Amino acid sequence: MIRTPLRPLARILDARQKGENPDAIERENIRLRHEEMRDRLRVRAEQRLLLLGIMYFCAFLVIGVRMGGLAASEAEEPRGATNGASIVAQRADIVDRKGRLLATNMETHSLYAHPHQMIEPERAAEELGKIFPELDVADLKKRFTSDRKFMWIRKKLSPEQKQAVHDIGEPGLLFGPREMRLYPNGPVAAHVLGGYGFGREGVHSAEVIGTAGIEKFADDMLRDPAREGAPLELSLDLTIQDAAEKVLYGGMKIMNAKGAASILMDVHTGEILALASLPDFDPNDRPLPALGDDPSISPLFNRAVQGVYELGSTFKIFASAQAMDLGLVNPGTMVDIRGPLRWGRHRIRDFHNYGRELSVTKVIVKSSNIGTARLAQMIGTPRQKSFLEKLGFFDVTPVELQEAKAAKPLLPPNWSELSTMTISYGHGLSASPLHLAAAYATVANGGFAVSPTLLRQNGPQHGERVLSARASEASLAMLRLVVSHPDGTASFGDVKGYAVGGKTGTADKPKPRGGYYDDKVIATFASVFPIHDPKYVLIVTLDEPEIHAAGKLRRTAGWTAVPVAAEMIERLAPLLGLRPEIEPAELAGITLTSQ
Amino acid sequence: MRSFLYIVTTLALIGLAFWAYHENYKTQEAIERTERLQREIGVARSRLSVLKAEWAYLNRPDRLRDLAELNFDRLGLLPFRPAHFGNVDQVAFPLIDPDTLEAITNSVAVSSQGGKS
Repeated sequence: MIRTPLRPLARILDARQKGENPDAIERENIRLRHEEMRDRLRVRAEQRLLLLGIMYFCAFLVIGVRMGGLAASEAEEPRGATNGASIVAQRADIVDRKGRLLATNMETHSLYAHPHQMIEPERAAEELGKIFPELDVADLKKRFTSDRKFMWIRKKLSPEQKQAVHDIGEPGLLFGPREMRLYPNGPVAAHVLGGYGFGREGVHSAEVIGTAGIEKFADDMLRDPAREGAPLELSLDLTIQDAAEKVLYGGMKIMNAKGAASILMDVHTGEILALASLPDFDPNDRPLPALGDDPSISPLFNRAVQGVYELGSTFKIFASAQAMDLGLVNPGTMVDIRGPLRWGRHRIRDFHNYGRELSVTKVIVKSSNIGTARLAQMIGTPRQKSFLEKLGFFDVTPVELQEAKAAKPLLPPNWSELSTMTISYGHGLSASPLHLAAAYATVANGGFAVSPTLLRQNGPQHGERVLSARASEASLAMLRLVVSHPDGTASFGDVKGYAVGGKTGTADKPKPRGGYYDDKVIATFASVFPIHDPKYVLIVTLDEPEIHAAGKLRRTAGWTAVPVAAEMIERLAPLLGLRPEIEPAELAGITLTSQ
Repeated sequence: MRSFLYIVTTLALIGLAFWAYHENYKTQEAIERTERLQREIGVARSRLSVLKAEWAYLNRPDRLRDLAELNFDRLGLLPFRPAHFGNVDQVAFPLIDPDTLEAITNSVAVSSQGGKS
């Protein structure tokens, strides 16, 4: 580069001659030089900026393209990783307490169509109609010839159906992989398992979600990948559940009942070994929910958990147990039972006239409403309320079923002394059979609260103490007499060798618009066996039973629910591993005082 | 000296390139093998789950009950009831034929009373 001198001699001399200031030439030259430098630097800076801009653009372009690609493409497992194989199915299996499958997954296919790719849409529609008779062929034809790009045809296909569809040879019919839930035992334990449905659906996969029962309650757990497909272990025993359902079904038919429910529960752990509700359904093909106000007509209705009814005289043992726990009475104390017992305009009567007074034991054995109401009067409202609350009658049961969350017991809005008296014999407070099972378990296990559960436990789960051991023991002796005494209301329930104890309850069904039916009852038998070492509590409830026996139409629990429960104990106790035993001699200190 | 260094460096470069090329191919082969194995495991697992489901389906209580009823003549199976409990000494052991006596090597210890169920 040739540098122009700041003060060129020729121009300076020339300027001096003309009398001009030669410094102006220097300043002019400096200005020119600076301008040149500025221009050069600007060009360089512009180039640099351009380069930087291009680099940034490229970098963002790469990131953008990658992000777009990741967002738009199907997820892919890392190829090199070796631990990816541990996740098997998207939903874990459900097994019973002995590991037998209750629910598992099956790989199957869904069928969808791309009508625009179809060669012979009319023929395809007809062929599909032959394979799936439930499809509407005319509608399919119309839709196949429309300008739709995509449509679902079926969500699940069996392998045979898939082959048949494949044989049509239509390129516009496509299959997508699907996982479906399979309940291999059919309707056994249907109400516990619930059912499943598909959540978000795509062509390549669909979410399998629980829609009812434990499938819905434990949905998050079953779908949790961190569990690596470990099965959910229930407390149910498949053999016992099935036997219970069969016996209950037979009993329901013989007793001409509309529905039935039974619960077999371990008194110490709260594990439910069998939970049956009839009529039932097949969870593989779950029916639609019933329309109308009365959900109980649907087979989906779980009577054992959702059926909130007044449970009648089965409640009496709670009044006597509490009175004994508080030291107000002992089994031999005489209670005045002259009736009718008046409270305001209300009258409390007994089923029969049992005389002037009965011992507490006899009040339970003969199921005297007046006697129990007198005991409740002695206990008083606040103590009765707190006792029933501790037994779990104030809140929903904590069992792992979606339906249980909505089955809140119905309590009297205004708990007067009259309510206290009627609730003592099971009227005015509605609860589900499961509530009753939990409360009986407390009476039977020595007085500890238990929370019913459907998940397998590892030993006794005793909660807080509700009853003293002494009151529990005395109550058990009374329950035994209800069954073993010839005057007891449950004398048909005596299964030889298993020392059954229990209490019957017959409650009139409430009309939907208030009042009670005269000829419709809920018959309940709550039993505990074996009474000398209580292990299990069994609740049997029949909805509207009727039977002609001994020359009369019978509806009371003693004639309906009790024989069914007895048959059930005879059938289930051996399966539970209980050997028939000779009952130990009558517990000391408890004797029946005859009138 | 300098040219010697150049030659050595070039040779090392060629050697390393060859090694890297080999390793690359080995890695790809290993990945393919893993994928194949993973696919096989996946297929085996899904087959296993189908077999398990089928086993559960074939052993469902309804079917077993029907089979027990159909084959009652041969098997004589009845629902388990309290009357079926017994003591070990109530079981009629087969009479031992003296000729086959030496074939029995392990005898069963039998209590006379109160065998546990």
